This record gives sequence, structure tokens and C-alpha cells, in this order.
Amino acid sequence: MNRLEILRFALRGLLANKMRSALTTLGILIGVAAVILLVAVGEGSSQSIQKNIQRLGANTLTISPSFTGGGGGRGGPAGGGQNTGPRTQARQLTLADAEALADKAAAPSVASVSPVVTAGSATATYEAASHGIGQLVGTYPSYFEAMNRQVARGTYFFNDDVLAARKVMVLGTTVAEELFGDLDPVGRQVSVSGVPFTVVGVLKESGSTGMQDADDVALAPLPAVQQSLTGFGSLGSIVVRATGASATATAQAEVTAILNQRHGVTGTAAADYRILNQATLQETVSAATGTFTVLLGAVAAISLLVGGIGITNIMLVTVTERTREIGIRKAIGAPRGAILGQFLMEATLLSLVGGLSGVLVAFAGTRFTIAGIEPVLVPSSVVLALGVSVGIGLFFGSYPANRAAKLRPIQALRHE
Amino acid sequence: MSAPVLRVRELVKEYGEGDARVRALRGVDLDVDQGDYVAVMGASGSGKSTLMNILGCLDVPTSGSYQIDGADVGLLDEHQLALLRNRRVGFVFQSFNLIPRMSALANVELPLVYGGVGQAERRSRALAALEQVGLSDRLHHEPNQLSGGQQQRVAVARALVTAPALLLADEPTGNLDTASTRDVLDILDRLSAAGRTIVVITHEDDVAAHAKRVIRLVDGAIVEDRRQAPVDGPPPRLAEAAR
Ligand SMILES: Nc1ncnc2c1ncn2[C@@H]1O[C@H](COP(=O)(O)OP(=O)(O)OP(=O)(O)O)[C@@H](O)[C@H]1O
Ligand SMILES: [Mg+2]
Repeated sequence: MNRLEILRFALRGLLANKMRSALTTLGILIGVAAVILLVAVGEGSSQSIQKNIQRLGANTLTISPSFTGGGGGRGGPAGGGQNTGPRTQARQLTLADAEALADKAAAPSVASVSPVVTAGSATATYEAASHGIGQLVGTYPSYFEAMNRQVARGTYFFNDDVLAARKVMVLGTTVAEELFGDLDPVGRQVSVSGVPFTVVGVLKESGSTGMQDADDVALAPLPAVQQSLTGFGSLGSIVVRATGASATATAQAEVTAILNQRHGVTGTAAADYRILNQATLQETVSAATGTFTVLLGAVAAISLLVGGIGITNIMLVTVTERTREIGIRKAIGAPRGAILGQFLMEATLLSLVGGLSGVLVAFAGTRFTIAGIEPVLVPSSVVLALGVSVGIGLFFGSYPANRAAKLRPIQALRHE
Repeated sequence: MSAPVLRVRELVKEYGEGDARVRALRGVDLDVDQGDYVAVMGASGSGKSTLMNILGCLDVPTSGSYQIDGADVGLLDEHQLALLRNRRVGFVFQSFNLIPRMSALANVELPLVYGGVGQAERRSRALAALEQVGLSDRLHHEPNQLSGGQQQRVAVARALVTAPALLLADEPTGNLDTASTRDVLDILDRLSAAGRTIVVITHEDDVAAHAKRVIRLVDGAIVEDRRQAPVDGPPPRLAEAAR
């Protein structure tokens, strides 16, 4: 009695009840495919979030003003320490703050400081076309490197432009397309709220990050924007780039010390600014997405378990229903191993066929974008799902099969 | 004289426990020689099937010894028992016991599969066995497409296909009409004439008349042991026909 014969018997046994075999296989298929797909979706979403954060530059700190009570919709994840108690003086961020941070002696871990003002609703027009720029940023040239933005066409603006307050502008791709269509915008003039700016460059496309279009921006020298649009008041934020990814923590400490001193923040008083650290944000988010992936995986694992219980149930029914047949086979001299082998083979085939087609379905499924997320296959989830489904089949298939194979022929034959 | 094919001593079989205990066999002694054709008769519940199941190694006795060809069956392990059932004993059940949804040919081939016989030889031996019982034209029918007599003949072919020294049949004609009964009895007569050892259970005197020896059981004990023809001669019916 060789393996091939056992395989043939098992196949015949399965085909004798096609519907039941198909449904069991389907249960396993769904379980395995769900595990692989859901883990892939979780992994995909966490990778895309990571990429978005990394695109902002891993070693930057963003300092923004913080007001008592955190009202005005400005409360953010890093806005801890917002107490409701009265504060004697809450100061805005100023250009002088930015200059103080650029002091190499006081803040050796700071590589560059870019003061930023943002004009809210600025409408740019070029000939007949007009476009409400999502974010018009006035800043220093160091901002490009800190925020990891590169120019695709034309040039950046330079320190000279800042000193001379030249009305030059670098456009994001969305703005460039809206205003110029297929034309090359470099060298042309756009008018922003009536003030003419010369376009010197177009940014590389960075892709939309969900709700916010990172390409719907325009960048111009700080004084030019202050002069024509926002006025010479306070800064919207200050972007600080640390000398390296490992230096962000020290840079944050240095920045905090300088600002506390300048703003008169002492002891337990709440600071009137907050610092957003990209590195810690990244850690927090990846921890959160990791939990998310585990959760999805757990839900899927439950469906795999249900599929496994299905196999167990089917094997129990099959073996019980065929106890007489087992008796006949034993009476004509089937050794115990052959009987056991046949039923184990049936269980293995069911779970293997179900598991493999589940993997195929999952592979096909990961080629599509699911809920705006491109799934990323995690090889270990494939191995795990397949292993668990076959393991369940073998383990729970062997119990009833072993019980039946141990019966004396006459006991099995008498079974009703 | 060589050792008997079957030797049974002090065989006792009890079913159940306590008040529900039934003594189906109460000390049976029996020797069956090579080439004998034995009919076992007795009222319903007298223990015929119980005896037969033990002889076929399908069940184990409560006490007593049982030897096949001088080997003590009680000492064999699971694997040796499977070999014994496969090679030495052919068993025909009253209720056929063919495997459903398998063709007649596949059913007859099955013991050879478990015996490790190669595919080609298996096929030719199964065909020969089916030819012997006159079913060459029903090879690919499944049991539910065959008449009772045909099913019983497939079961006989399955019992014969391994060429066992011993053929055991528990009321092989109990469910059959007279024509089918005659077919099956003819087959048994021919096998007996060919030297096969046969033990058959029956209720009917007509069937018992084919045997060389008749044993009668009452309440689990042998009360009569009558020889109708010599062990080494042909079975009585064939002898008559030859005369
Ligand atoms: N599995 C069992 N459990 C309990 N008692 C049993 C079992 N099998 C048989 N018996 C009892 O053993 C006795 C003998 O049964 P057996 O089947 O050997 O009779 P039999 O001679 O073959 O009868 P029949 O001619 O009706 O087939 C009966 O009294 C029966 O009730
Ligand atoms: Mg009986």
C-alpha cells in the first residue's frame, strides 16, 4: 500500500461529497485570504503614513505659538501642557526668536532655522486663470532642505532674494498646473492678491497625503510675503533642522532653553509655544499603526480559526458517517496506517487546497487599492496563515481518524 | 495428517456487563481440516455469527484459544491481524458490505490494494474473480446499481480474489431468491471441489445439504456434528451430479 494509493482513496473520499468538500475549502480559503489581505492592508497603510512623515524630513522641529486654553482650533497632538490658568504674558514667535535660535554657540545642534509666515487665502491669477493657493509660505531658503522639498524646474530662491525682499516665487505642481496648464511657468509673472510675483521655479511633485494636497503650495522670500500680504507681525512658525537624526532630542532641548529664557517661561508655568518633533511623531504613529495591523490580524485570525473548526467538524462527520466503511476496509485487511493515512490525507488536502487558493486570492487582492491604501504583502503572514490552516487540518483531522482506525472491525461494522 | 486449518478450544464470548450480560458462546471446541466444507446451523440467537466473527478475526473471544494453521491468533498484534484478514481469510457478509460509490471492479480490487499487489496484476486477478462469479458484464456498476444476488456475488469475488485458504460466509444466501441462491451455492461447490476450506452459516437445510459436514449450535454450544461426505472428496451435490 503506497502513498499514491492513499492519495487516490483520499481524493475519491473527497469527491464522493463534492458540495461538503467545496464548502469546507471555501471556509479555509476565506480565513487564509482574510489574514493575508488584512495584514497587507495594515502594513500598506502604516508604510504610507511612515513615508508621508519621512517626506517632511526626519530631523526637523516645528515650533508654533500656543495659546492658553488651546482654543481657535489650534490644539494639536504635541500641544501638551495647555493649562487653563491665566498666564501673565503670552508672546508670539518673532523673527528675533528665530535669530536667537540660529546662534551657534547657544544651540550647536541646530543646523538651520527657517522662520515661516503663511498667508491664508491668497488668490493667484495669471492672465484669465486664477487659483486659491492652499498655502502661501514666506520663509528662508533653508526651508527647502528642512522640509525636503526639491525644485523640478527653474531654481530655488536665495538669501539675496530674502535680503532684497524680491517678489519671486516657487510654485507647487498643483498651483502651476491650475494657473499655467501646459505652459512653462518659470520666468512668468503671477499676481497674488494684486501683488506681482515672478515665478522662478516649480517644486517636485510630492503627492497628496490624504486630506491635504502637499503640492497646492507656493513659497516666497519671507520679507516679500510680509510686505505685501501678512504684514510684519509675528511668525506663523519656525522650522528648525537639527544637525542629524540623532541630534533632534538635543536640538529640542536647546531650543526649549532659548525660548523659555526669551519668553520668560519659568518652573511650572506653561510654555507659550510648542515644539513638534518629527522623530517622536514618527515613533508614535508607527506604534499606533502597528497596533492597528495587529488588530486587523487578530480579526482575520478569528476567521481562520472558524475555518479550522469547520474542518474539524467535517472530519468528525465524515469519519462517523463512514465508520461502517472503515469496518469493511478493516475486515478485508486494511492496516491501521492505511485508514489513518486516508483520513489524514483528506484533511490535509482540504486545508492545503483551501489554504493555497486563499493565498492566490490574497495575492490577487493585494494588486488592488483597498480603501485608498495600497496593500503590502507580509511574507510571514502568508507562511503563518498556510501553516495554521494545514496544522489545524492535520491536528483535528487526526483525532477522529485515529479513533476510527483503532476500532475492532466488528465494532465499526455494527456502527449505525 | 497435517494440522487443521482452524482449531478452536473452549471458546467463550460474553457480551455486556452485569444483569445485561449475554453468554453468546459457552465453550466451543472445533477443528476444521484442510479442504472441508462445513455448514453451521442453529436457531436465531444461538451464536452462529458470533462464532463466525471470531473465526474471521473481526472480533476477539472473551476466553479460549483460536489457531489458524497452527498459529495462535490471540498472540498476534494489530498489524499481523490485518495481514491475516487480508491474505488467509475471505469473509462474505450476510449484508454484502460492499463499499458504496465504488464500482464492482474497484470493490473486488480493494483487498489486493491493501495487500500491496501491483496495479496490472490487481486488475487481472479482479477480472478473473468476477468472471468466476459470472459478473464480467457488470464491472463498472456501483453496488446500488446491482441486484442483491449480484451484490452477493461481487462480495464472494472480493473474498476470493486474494486466494485465501479459508472462506467464511455468514448466511451468504439469506437475502437472496432461489435463482441467486443456486448461483452462489454453485460457486461454493466449485470452490470446495478445487480444495478450498469453507465454513458457511445457514438457516436452510437445502444449503446445508451442499456441505460435507453440518454443525448445529444451540445456545452457544455445539450439539451435533454430522459428516455428509469425506473431507478429501468432492462436495455431496457435485458427487451426485457426477454419478
Ligand atoms: N454486540 C452485541 N452486544 C450484545 N449482545 C449481542 C451482540 N451481538 C450478539 N449478541 C447476542 O449474542 C447472541 C448470539 O448472537 P448471534 O448474532 O451470534 O446470533 P446468530 O446465531 O447469528 O443469530 P441469527 O441467526 O439471527 O443471525 C444473541 O443472544 C445476541 O443477542
Ligand atoms: Mg447471524
